[in-house]
Amino acid sequence: MSPSLVMFLGFIAITLWITWWAARRNTGSNAYFAAGRSLTAWQNGIAVAGDYMSAASFLGIAGIIAFQGYDGFMYSVGWLVAYLTVLLIVAEPLRNAGKYTMADVLAYRLSPRPVRAMGALSTLTVSTFYMIAQMVGAGALVSLLLKDAGLGYETAVIGIGVLMIVYVVFGGMLATTWVQIVKATLLMAGTLLLSVLVLRHFNYDLGAFFDAVGHVSYTDAQGNRVTQDFMTPGLRYKPPYGALDLISLGMALIFGTAGLPHILVRFYTVPDARAARKSVVWAMAIIGCFYILTTFLGFGAATIVGRDFIAGNGGTNMSAPLLAQALAGDLFFAFISAIAFATILAVVAGLTISASTSFAHDFWTNVLHHGRERREGEEVRVARVTAFFVGAISIAIAIVLGPNANVAFLVALAFAVAASANLPVIVLSLFWRRFNTAGAVCGLATGLASSLALIVLSPSIMKAQAIFPLENPGIVSIPLGFLGAVIGTLLTREPEAERKFAELSVRANTGLGAERAAGH
Amino acid sequence: MEQQPPNTDLTPVTGSATDVAPLGRGGQKPAHELTADEDIDAVEWDRLAALADFKALLAAKRRFIVPATVFFIVYYFALPVLVGYAPRLMAAKVFGVVNVAYLFALSQFFVAWLVALLYVRAASRFDAMARAVVDQFKARPR
Repeated sequence: MSPSLVMFLGFIAITLWITWWAARRNTGSNAYFAAGRSLTAWQNGIAVAGDYMSAASFLGIAGIIAFQGYDGFMYSVGWLVAYLTVLLIVAEPLRNAGKYTMADVLAYRLSPRPVRAMGALSTLTVSTFYMIAQMVGAGALVSLLLKDAGLGYETAVIGIGVLMIVYVVFGGMLATTWVQIVKATLLMAGTLLLSVLVLRHFNYDLGAFFDAVGHVSYTDAQGNRVTQDFMTPGLRYKPPYGALDLISLGMALIFGTAGLPHILVRFYTVPDARAARKSVVWAMAIIGCFYILTTFLGFGAATIVGRDFIAGNGGTNMSAPLLAQALAGDLFFAFISAIAFATILAVVAGLTISASTSFAHDFWTNVLHHGRERREGEEVRVARVTAFFVGAISIAIAIVLGPNANVAFLVALAFAVAASANLPVIVLSLFWRRFNTAGAVCGLATGLASSLALIVLSPSIMKAQAIFPLENPGIVSIPLGFLGAVIGTLLTREPEAERKFAELSVRANTGLGAERAAGH
Repeated sequence: MEQQPPNTDLTPVTGSATDVAPLGRGGQKPAHELTADEDIDAVEWDRLAALADFKALLAAKRRFIVPATVFFIVYYFALPVLVGYAPRLMAAKVFGVVNVAYLFALSQFFVAWLVALLYVRAASRFDAMARAVVDQFKARPR
């Protein structure tokens, strides 16, 4: 048995034990969907970081930096700064006013059924986009790694899918959270170790490291040998539209995080708004350190491994594992790959639970059955069945797609959808008295439709014949999402929604009437 | 005015057992003796929203959050804007091959951490104000 397989199996054993342990504690909806709201701030903070540092961060960013230098680091910056939007605007009101999902906050003031139906739709869309990216990463990783063990891409994707279904169906939020915590710790340890090894390669001389980054040579598309300064911006985002694309990417990153369903649901797992705030700070500390270290992962792969070798051995997404192999041999390669695998598994589980929670709580219970469970425990049962289907569908999509695009880029598209559809309605419902149901439905619909349409019309899908010149739709679709919400609101009047603004405002700002932790 | 125990929450889990046994007095119970169900119905959101101290809380939060948000958004977008439209400035080398663009990007991390720390400090003040508003609200006769 190869060392990578042993490490994979080791991680799987640990996570299954966590799932078994959590399954015995899952009694009732609060426990299943929100871990009984009993996590401490640091536990949730690490779990937020774990949910966030996906295959896109570890494999994707390292790959973009390794191939296009500085421009890849822009992803790192945006993904940390994004947490200020979460911290300052969204986390605490959400914890105070919601129950299990993003749509809970909207449903307070607005007519619940249309708002929840749209909220569930956009949650499922964002989660699916995100999931595709993770599965592509998993595919690339596994097809490179386990080819000796006789495991093909398809078998591996099915394996990941089945594991994720097991975590979510049996373990619920508690198991998912602990899987995140284990994974985040491993990921940080691996990243730190890898960075130290990169520095050791340059005899711990930062100057020598950056010098090498200044002269990276590789073979370009025409087969010419070129040497470039990888610290210089503009290797990915070139004129005429590069600057706009970069701004558009930035908008999606910093406004998208606060609209990501699998991040938002994490704030329901802590006892109160204060703990939610503290968990964001914990997450920012961990995530920030991680993203600064992507400097070493990405530039290290560019200088030590080299673009040409990576391109011939698994592609951009394999930069970090290949760097590990170049620095410390096959065993370390297996260790880093196992971490990447754990990362994907954990994030996919987090995505699945937020998607299935939204379907069960928003759509099944509140849209179809007017907010009432017909039988005790029905909501949890529906969520489990949904998790099964979400898993099955994502396995199918991942097998159809195969490992090609850069996963950081794919995830950026999920951020664009979240920023365009979810963020406008969350912010407006919290801060604008006049906001109403028509505005929310209209905002969610325009944000969702415009971001999806622009992605289809963009160079990433239409290549040279692209109608929309930018890869990132955010710069157009985020304002459109806001505009849709404002116009929808102004065209209608809903005195009830305005009257209940006082209630939402009091709840959001004082925590009065907020969902309590179990056992308090 | 009656002394309230600190951190008394108006609304424990709906439908849970009461934490205070009924005492058999006539008339209105004091706020802290209400059961969860009685209490949820009794919260007059509009009356609380109209309290001067609640408005002061909102104003205090606004005074911090609005400028902080504007600041971090402007500081953040300065990076892609400058990288896109002032490439020569951003490519200027500071030491070795380390250029302005990289240092500016790196500074974003520290600025984000700083804003977060300042917010956490301000927020503990907001927590105290919110507690005071709730206590004051509960102490008032209905």
